[in-house]
Amino acid sequence: MNKIPNRQVICDTLLDLARDDRDIMVLASDSRGSAAMAPFANTFPEQFVEVGIAEQNIVGMSAGLAHSGKKPFVTSPACFLSMRSIEQVKVDVAYSRTNVKLIGISGGISYGALGMSHHSVQDIAVARAIPGLAIILPADRHETKKLTEALVKYNGGVYVRIGRNPVEDVYESDDYSFEIGKAVTLKKGTELTIIGTGETVRIALDAANALADEGVSARVLNMHTIKPLDKEAILMAARETGRIITVEEHSIHGGLGAAVAEVVVQNHPVPIKILGIPDEPAIAGKTAEVFEHYGITQQNIKQIALDMIGKAGTV
Amino acid sequence: MDIQELKVKAAQIRMELLTIIHRAQTGHTGGSLSNTDILTALYYDVMNIDPARPQWEDRDRFIASKGHSVESLWCVLADLGFFPKEELETYSQFGTRLIGHPNNKVPGIEMNTGALGHGLPISVGMALAAKRDNRPYRVFCLMGDGEQAEGSNWEAAMAGSHYKLDNLVGIIDRNRLQISGSTEEVMGLEPLEEKWAAFGWNVVAVDGNDIEQLLQAFHAVPEASGKPTLIMANTIKGKGVSFAENVPAWHHHVLNDEELKLALAELQGTIQQLTQEGQVH
Ligand SMILES: Cc1ncc(C[n+]2csc(CCOP(=O)(O)OP(=O)(O)O)c2C)c(N)n1
Repeated sequence: MNKIPNRQVICDTLLDLARDDRDIMVLASDSRGSAAMAPFANTFPEQFVEVGIAEQNIVGMSAGLAHSGKKPFVTSPACFLSMRSIEQVKVDVAYSRTNVKLIGISGGISYGALGMSHHSVQDIAVARAIPGLAIILPADRHETKKLTEALVKYNGGVYVRIGRNPVEDVYESDDYSFEIGKAVTLKKGTELTIIGTGETVRIALDAANALADEGVSARVLNMHTIKPLDKEAILMAARETGRIITVEEHSIHGGLGAAVAEVVVQNHPVPIKILGIPDEPAIAGKTAEVFEHYGITQQNIKQIALDMIGKAGTV
Repeated sequence: MDIQELKVKAAQIRMELLTIIHRAQTGHTGGSLSNTDILTALYYDVMNIDPARPQWEDRDRFIASKGHSVESLWCVLADLGFFPKEELETYSQFGTRLIGHPNNKVPGIEMNTGALGHGLPISVGMALAAKRDNRPYRVFCLMGDGEQAEGSNWEAAMAGSHYKLDNLVGIIDRNRLQISGSTEEVMGLEPLEEKWAAFGWNVVAVDGNDIEQLLQAFHAVPEASGKPTLIMANTIKGKGVSFAENVPAWHHHVLNDEELKLALAELQGTIQQLTQEGQVH
C-alpha cells in the first residue's frame, strides 16, 4: 500500500523544479502543514508566501504575482480555496487570464467528521461554471507528479483537487503519457465504460477487474481533466460500449457525472449512472465509511454494471 | 456557583474534552483548552440560558466562530444537559451529530460554524434583530486570533458599531498561536486592541484564563452604551496541561494513552488544590 499522499508529491516535485525556476512561488493560508508545503517554505523562503487565514486575499495576491511574471501555486484546503475565494477566482484568475495554479488539498470528504464546512464536494460544480478555468484531479502519486510538472509549463488558471490521505497506486510508475485534457484508457472493454476522476479512479479500476471475473468486459477511463473535457473519449465510450457509469467524490450535481451526461445526451444518448455524494450534507465518518454509506465502492459499481447490462443476480 | 466552583468546573471540562479527543483520536486540543475558562464563565454564570428550552426566544446567543474548538463546547453542553452525556462517546464517530464542528442538529448550537470568519457577521445579524424587535438577549461571539486575518470579521466589526449594537460581545481567544506558528509570524495582528477600538468597539483586555476577570468584564457589558464590546481574552493555548501549553503542534495534536494519563493527573491535582483552597477560605 502506497504511503505517500499526493500533497507531499506536489511539494517534492515543486522543490525539484523551483531550484531552476525562481518564478515558481508557493502560497499558503496557515495551511503549509496541511498542504505538506513546510519543506518548500523552509527550503525556498524567498519563493514562499504566508498570507494567514485569508483565502480571498491569497487568490487576489496570487493574481497580482502572476501578473508580474511569477508562477504562483496556491495551496489551501479545497473547501475554502474553491468557495471562499470564488469571486477572486472568477474575476482575478479566469476572467483576467492570470497564470495562477489553485491546489485544493484535502478535497472531497477527506475531512470526514469535520462536517460540511470542511467537505469539498461542490468545488467541481462551481469551478466548471467558470469559463477558462481548467479543472484537474490526479488519480495517484505518479499522476500527481506528472501533473505538477505539466502545471509549471501550462500558462493559465487551473484548479487542482487532491485528497488528504495516500491513495493506492493506479499506475506502476510515471512512465506513461499524461496530457492535460486527454483522458487515459486504463482498461479496454466493450460492454460498458466506468469513468472515474481523481482518487475514485482506483475504485473504478477495481470494479472493472471484479467485473472481468464475472465475464463482463468493462472499459475504464481516467478522466483526470474535467475541464477542458475529453469529449472524444466520452463519445467513443458511448458509441462503443453503450453504457456509462461515472464515479466521483463530489456531489452528484454538477461534477464529473453531470459533465459526461451533458456531452452524451447532446450527442449520442446512452444510459448513464452517476455515482457520488447525494444532495445532502455528507454523513460524518472516515472516507471508507462514507464511501460505503453512499455506495461509492467497487461492489456497488459491479452491481450497478450487472443491472445495466441485464445480468442482475449473478452477484 | 462561586469562583472556586467555576474553576473546578473548568478543570472538569478540560478532563472531559481530553478524554473525548483521546477516544476519537481526532480533535483540536490546544484551542479547546485555551477557551475552556471563557465557556465556563459564559455558560455557568453570565449567559441567560435554559438547557430545558434551547429555543427559548429571549435566551442569550453564543456563536463559536472558532468552530474547530468544538470539544470544549460539546462537553459544556452535555454537562448542562442539552443532550445526554453518554452521547459524548459518539464524538467524531461514524454517523454522529457530535462532529468536529458546531452542528445545529444538536440542542444548544445556534449555527453551524467551522469555516473561520463567519461567526461575527452572523452575530451582528442576531444582535441587530434583538434591537429591531426590542428583545433583551445578548449575543456572544468567540473568535480565534488567527481568525482575525479573515476580512469578513472587519466587515462585521464595521457593521456592529455602525448599528450601535451594545448587545453584542465579541471575544478574541488571544492565545497568540495558530496552526503554522505564532500569529505575529504568520500574519501580524498588533496593535489588535487599537484596531478594534478604531472600528468603534469598546475594548476590554483580560486574562482569559482567569474566571474572575472574565466575569467582571462580561458583567460590566455594556460599559459604553451604543457600542459593541470586544473582550480581548489573553489566553494560553493548551492551558491547564503544562506540556501542551504554548506548543503549536497541540493545535490538533491527539493525545496518546500516556499523555492522557499525565494530563488527567495534572488536572486532578488542580481540582484537589482548588478544593483545599475552597475549604480554607
Ligand atoms: C475559512 C477557514 N480557513 C481555514 C481554516 C482551517 N483552520 C482551522 S483552525 C485554524 C487556525 C485557527 O487559529 P486561531 O483562530 O488562532 O484559533 P486557535 O488558535 O484558538 O485554535 C485554521 C487555519 C478554517 N477552519 N476556516
